[in-house]
Amino acid sequence: MKSFLLVLIASAFLVGCGSAVKLDNVPVEDKTGTSVSQVGSTGSGNAVANGGVASVELDKSSGQAAIPVGPRVVYFDYDSYSIKPEFQSVIEQHARYIKINKTRKVAIEGHTDERGGREYNLALGQKRAESVRNALGLLGVADSQVEAVSFGKEKPAVQGVDEIAMSKNRRAEISYR
Amino acid sequence: MTKAVSKIFYYLFLLCIGLPAAAQFRVEVSGVGLTQLPIAVSSFRGEALAPQKITAIVLADLERSGQFRGIDTGGIVLDEVARPDVAVWRQKGSDSLVSGSISRLADGRYDVRFRLWDVVRGQDLGGQSYAVAQSDLRLVAHRIADFVYEKLTGDKGAFSTRIAYITKVTQRYQLWIADADGENAQSALSSTEPIISPAWSPNGGQLAYVSFESRKPVVYTHDIASGKRRLIANFRGSNSAPAWSPDGRTMAVTLSRDGGSQLYAIDSNGGEPHRLAQSSNIDTEPVYSPDSKSIYFVSDRGGAPQIYKMPATGGNAERVTFSGSYNISPAISPDGRWLAYISRVSGAFKLHVMDLVAGTFNAITDTSADESPSFSPNSRLIVYATQQQGREALMTTTLDGKIKARLVGQNGNIREPDWGPFQKQ
Repeated sequence: MKSFLLVLIASAFLVGCGSAVKLDNVPVEDKTGTSVSQVGSTGSGNAVANGGVASVELDKSSGQAAIPVGPRVVYFDYDSYSIKPEFQSVIEQHARYIKINKTRKVAIEGHTDERGGREYNLALGQKRAESVRNALGLLGVADSQVEAVSFGKEKPAVQGVDEIAMSKNRRAEISYR
Repeated sequence: MTKAVSKIFYYLFLLCIGLPAAAQFRVEVSGVGLTQLPIAVSSFRGEALAPQKITAIVLADLERSGQFRGIDTGGIVLDEVARPDVAVWRQKGSDSLVSGSISRLADGRYDVRFRLWDVVRGQDLGGQSYAVAQSDLRLVAHRIADFVYEKLTGDKGAFSTRIAYITKVTQRYQLWIADADGENAQSALSSTEPIISPAWSPNGGQLAYVSFESRKPVVYTHDIASGKRRLIANFRGSNSAPAWSPDGRTMAVTLSRDGGSQLYAIDSNGGEPHRLAQSSNIDTEPVYSPDSKSIYFVSDRGGAPQIYKMPATGGNAERVTFSGSYNISPAISPDGRWLAYISRVSGAFKLHVMDLVAGTFNAITDTSADESPSFSPNSRLIVYATQQQGREALMTTTLDGKIKARLVGQNGNIREPDWGPFQKQ
């Protein structure tokens, strides 16, 4: 019984100490009566004092659906959005498949290497994704089946800052949803 | 209670107070300012037993501002009632002195009092007192620093504000809200997919950001106190770069729903976006000027990314940056006077500050992978992300680049800082 009590006290203490931030801040008492600021008051309805951060956890998003045809990555030169001739066959294979399977939805995911700003790279990746989408469109793929999106530099295929790694990251992935 | 129980209690107590106490001494300030006010912050009476080293936090805040230089007090303890021997402090080279006390109240809260002295004139410059829960002791320290800063510089202090930032540890991305010194971080959002571009609402109650949780970039707003999230822009294509208008009613965003990355305005509660500009090039990273009249943004319409400015309701854009071939990530100081941005110079990405009145600009760092500048609400400091020895770090700097401090508190990759507004007191 005694040890049980001890554990109880100890865990109560740990809980108290773990939650270093209380959601309800105690209003300040004016102790001196001269030029005392209120600290941690939530009375203004502005619940952004020291406490009051609710934590949200997101589940892992679902992966992509099964890949119906061979290679699905188109690589780009530095600062370029034009599709190199060697990737034309990749695009043609997917175009054939998408045209036959009218219910399939496809995302073209554009990516960049790690140089430069996150938002600007997002826009650069978008350009790459849109150039693959346009190439599919020229082959007769319905626009409604294809969405061009960008991950910018957030999801490199390969870690590393050398040119080999970066050339593998400048890409657009054809992703079935 | 038996001896064993009280001993365990004691160790648990040490465990509880040990961690935050150790954390406070990790502020690294580098550089020398031209005019720094020498100030002594004496140990407060009762501080040795308090769970936060308040005076260390106060001094670190003041030093990080670049406007103060701490004078060694030799461990002298002075409370707010004591009348200091000003000759002693003058001899130590100090112009000002902070004294005070911390005591535990019967209800478990802490009573913190302080007084600021001008030791050159022998004048009492006033003081304050606070009775707060233990969890608010750091906030009290920042408020004391704000008081001292304002009394001695004439500018409002911004130490009791908060910053948001993102960490990536293995495959987990987290959005944190921390004190302006980087400490006391609390997780607002945790995800297995990237989160970028956090932006504080003008009243400090919400953050907007871009989350990739649905396998594409989507803009959310997030109520900090409740954790309630709202989808703001989830249109076909990519949705990114949220920026609040100064009144908080409107958000400027980058959408690709009509092809290309283009600028739109959208109600901050969501709704139908209204297109702000039309170009066949990239337009992104919008920010409102503090007077709400203009939007600064990045465009490669001239062949390379440069910063432009246009009326907030759309219209003709004028170019703002002319030097270099890669200028991105504009931030405007709340006083409207300064533009911070990232410029590529010989392959290095460097934080620059432009005087918007004079048009002059300077690179203010010696690092080469700077990102995401954001001004303190009093326009005196910039927080930005960079890399130091191959590791991501958050730094603050004065606008002249002379005083820098590394913000700590997190291991792993840390990035995307955004400095929140003044908090209501």
